[in-house]
Amino acid sequence: MTESAIILKSAGSKRHRAESRFRAYGLIAIAISLSFLLIMIGSITMRGTAAFKQTFVQIEVNLPTEKLDPEGTRDPEVLRKARYGKLLKSALREQFPDAKKRADKKSLYKLISSTAEYSIRDQVAANPSLVGGIHPFWVRASSDVDQYMKGTIDGSLEESQRRVNDKQIAWIESLKASGSIESRFNTQFFTGGDSREPEQAGIMGAVVGSALTLLICFLLAFPIGVLAAVYLEEFSAKGRINRFIEVNINNLAAVPSIVYGLLGLAILLNVFNLPRSTPLVGGMVLALMTLPTIIIASRSSLRAVPPSIREAAFGLGASKVQTTFHHVVPLAMPGMLTGSIIGMAQALGETAPLLMIGMVAFIVDVPGGVTEAATALPVQIFLWADSPERGFMEKTSAAILVLLGFLVIMNLAAVYLRRRLEIRW
Amino acid sequence: MAVSSDISIAARGQKNRLVELAVRCVLIFCALVAVATTIGIVASLLFEALRFFQQVPLTDFLFGLEWSPQTALRSDQVGSSGAFGAVPLIAGTLLISAIAMIVATPLGLMSAIYLAEYANERTRGIVKPLLELLAGIPTVVYGFFAALIVAPMLRNGGESMGFEISSESALAAGLTMGVMIIPLISSLSDDVINAVPQSLRDASYGLGATQAETIKQVILPAATPGIAGSLLLATSRAIGETMIVVMAAGLAAKLTANPLEAVTTVTVQIVTLLTGDQEFDSAKTLSAFALGLLLFVITLCLNVVALRIVDRYKEQYD
Repeated sequence: MTESAIILKSAGSKRHRAESRFRAYGLIAIAISLSFLLIMIGSITMRGTAAFKQTFVQIEVNLPTEKLDPEGTRDPEVLRKARYGKLLKSALREQFPDAKKRADKKSLYKLISSTAEYSIRDQVAANPSLVGGIHPFWVRASSDVDQYMKGTIDGSLEESQRRVNDKQIAWIESLKASGSIESRFNTQFFTGGDSREPEQAGIMGAVVGSALTLLICFLLAFPIGVLAAVYLEEFSAKGRINRFIEVNINNLAAVPSIVYGLLGLAILLNVFNLPRSTPLVGGMVLALMTLPTIIIASRSSLRAVPPSIREAAFGLGASKVQTTFHHVVPLAMPGMLTGSIIGMAQALGETAPLLMIGMVAFIVDVPGGVTEAATALPVQIFLWADSPERGFMEKTSAAILVLLGFLVIMNLAAVYLRRRLEIRW
Repeated sequence: MAVSSDISIAARGQKNRLVELAVRCVLIFCALVAVATTIGIVASLLFEALRFFQQVPLTDFLFGLEWSPQTALRSDQVGSSGAFGAVPLIAGTLLISAIAMIVATPLGLMSAIYLAEYANERTRGIVKPLLELLAGIPTVVYGFFAALIVAPMLRNGGESMGFEISSESALAAGLTMGVMIIPLISSLSDDVINAVPQSLRDASYGLGATQAETIKQVILPAATPGIAGSLLLATSRAIGETMIVVMAAGLAAKLTANPLEAVTTVTVQIVTLLTGDQEFDSAKTLSAFALGLLLFVITLCLNVVALRIVDRYKEQYD
């Protein structure tokens, strides 16, 4: 090759130019493909990181005893029943007395999140000594104010073109001047469940739902996959049946994921009447889907164990089962685990089959078990991406970042396992 | 004494044989789960689809040109029967898949050629995992990217050039799907190209061909069956892809070949029909299973042909 390259260089011919052109095409193709990756990850990261911050507003709220606790019991149950929304609104009116007209008051109330009253309620219930005084509370700003503070809503546009009006901007600026508005780390995003209000929405429910789903998926798919691989590699005669099962598995690996969802809907939900929208059913469907991946990986891992190991075990009088399970399977385990982790990573990103079995419901609570209705991380992304509110856009991107983070961790774990434990024969 | 140990060995042998038998049964059961899955898929799809075909004739489904699956509230309602012609859905699916393949084939193939023939060990070690990263990104992320970034970009770009591009255009979904498929084509083709024996390259260089000439006139022709197989697998993947089209393609069925318009696909319709409230006997819900069966049959045919081509090709050079 080097000799022909020398000849070509001296000739400087048309053929040489064709050669470098062809080479350049290859480089360009790779560059384009990788630039897509870069643009995609870059644009999502840019949008997503904003969601890790949330704007908070400080408000002095009067907590009169006669409204909250007329009998003076200081019982948290009684304190929880008071109407904090009203108190909050009057606190806002006091802070900005220029809001006189009905419309102005309405825009004033829209500065803070509609969920703010619950956070004050919880704080008062936890600390009843607050009753009967005026106390400053930091509450979540509404999504629009949050977006304005982050610069997503452009204040220089026509008033009718933006979601924040001139009055609201003036109020925000005065809050800024007095230091009563600030951006904080948004813990709620990581610890809370879903919400209709973008500023309140969190991914914990989806993360737990995904974890439970994957747990079920792993518990089913890993043992079945490994044992099926052991049968096909070690026990079955290499005949027609073996070949039939093999073709079957290869074809299953290429069936569209949504078809598995239809299977789950028709058989698990409608025939066996398993509970809809639950991680149990989701995990079962995903287990069927990842089974081919695990079987294929486990088989190649078993095939890599040299026959000498088996022969040695047989020579010492071990039976087929003993040879396989005491010697061959442990040696193939790292490869099997690596394959399973990669299969689990695929299952974690899968959305379509979960839509079919109803894991798309709006669920606020973090699921406590595999038979409770739940949603999963990719489905949460789909649901938020569908929401019209602007505030959900950054939440969607942030949830994608979290999902990609989990995928990176799983894949790194697979690489680590392979490097650390794999035996080279 | 010798006799008693013989007996205990014999007893142990008996027990061992039982254990072996039990283990073997468990193993066979596990291997059959895969077969049972296939049977389950076929049976559930067929069963529900047959119930659908009792209400809507098969020919109407396969050759009907109109898809509007609403069921009537009253029997005298206008258009009460609903139309279940799958042709516009198939056309939409094929249009988007074709765009995806037009994007992915040259990019994936050229990447594979570069990686297999030109790149040194180091470049290969960096670029290959990066391309695989593209394959590891969940499709819901691609869908979000298509709907949020690609579609508005195309629409604005089209506007400035005087085209009217729908915000749910087939082009946006197809382009994004193409990106998703690049790594599939590149890694399969990479394997195929690597399987071409070195002796063919050496012979070609010996005759004075340049590397590009060798690739174009020797390696690619030798690898054609394998590459065709990988392209078929990629097409099947594009046809069955759900999330990108659910998020970026349209809902209304329209029979058109214009990539700038909104079309809908088989998978989009399955998702729309089955999410939300459903009564399980209406033709509307059952039609989703008929579409599922159609999708399964199409992708299965493509996969069987593709896997067979790839297998046969491998044997040729092994």
